[in-house]
Amino acid sequence: MSKLVDIKGLTKNYESITALYNVNLELESGHIVGLLGPNGSGKTTLIKILCGLLHPTSGSVQVDGHDIGVETKSVISYLPDQTYLDGNMTIRDIFALFVDFYRDFDINRAFNMLNILKINPDAKLKTLSKGNKEKVQLILVMSRRAKLYILDEPIAGVDPAARDFILNTIISNYDPSATILISTHLISDVESVLDDVIFLQYGQIALHASVDEIRSREGKSVDALFREVYRC
Amino acid sequence: MSWNLDSDRPIFIQIVEHLQYDIVSGYYQPGQRLPSVRDLAAEAAVNPNTMQRALSELERSGYMHSERTSGRFITEDKGMIDELKRQLATAQIEVFLQTMKRLGLSNEEIQVLVKESMKE
Repeated sequence: MSKLVDIKGLTKNYESITALYNVNLELESGHIVGLLGPNGSGKTTLIKILCGLLHPTSGSVQVDGHDIGVETKSVISYLPDQTYLDGNMTIRDIFALFVDFYRDFDINRAFNMLNILKINPDAKLKTLSKGNKEKVQLILVMSRRAKLYILDEPIAGVDPAARDFILNTIISNYDPSATILISTHLISDVESVLDDVIFLQYGQIALHASVDEIRSREGKSVDALFREVYRC
Repeated sequence: MSWNLDSDRPIFIQIVEHLQYDIVSGYYQPGQRLPSVRDLAAEAAVNPNTMQRALSELERSGYMHSERTSGRFITEDKGMIDELKRQLATAQIEVFLQTMKRLGLSNEEIQVLVKESMKE
């Protein structure tokens, strides 16, 4: 089976700082993968390189058999850690924008999810609460029929009920032939939803294993292992 | 998160156990059709692949079977379900007895205590 993500010898330097060093990573289709690591370990750098927002200093990165470019952007649905949408737009306008931008955006699905959440489509984005803003953005991302979903901190700063909704949305909209890469600090909340986890440390991959492998080998949760590995 | 899974044991094993209890307790009746993998995964708040793996394991051991087009069904073999019930009960009793022994109770004392508790 061809690899959905194939990263070889990836290094990224920001002037004198090395954010990623010689990272090798392969991801197959049909997995939900957690990208875990403390602040500054290189998570967002790795994500931005996959999305074509940053260029590698060296190494090769392929998604769905293509070098990063137009083809890969069309198969990646990306939830950034900060919003890029204009707060003065209504949700209905934003949906229309996504229909124009992405051939694979399913607007019916998006309205369905909005309806479940009882969010008014004619509300301006900036008038929504933080939690609802995050939910709307997740709806936008999950309503695309992409091969790779990349969610950068999708559950940061929302209440536990909203977190449950977000995880439920991820599970129930998940297409078994797609892969979802979720970066987060809140491991215990997402752990049971993940197939595999990747621990990043000092710009390198410290561990890449399945959740159940870790639990049966270590006799502890991924969250507990993480706290042990990254104890300050 | 309605399934209440422990955080330190493999999720796959806990899903298998949970479904076994659901079968034995009659929450799922013999011959009943199960919800889809996706719905079960959403209900349990677990990864659909892990749910799929657990269901395959239960199929392999014969507690459920798939029909090509119409879905996945609980076995109609009541004897098999009773046997599973006995196994699960025995396992719980063993755990209980070990705890009682750690408390330094003899078999006789345990029996007396159990009878007293059951009267209440």
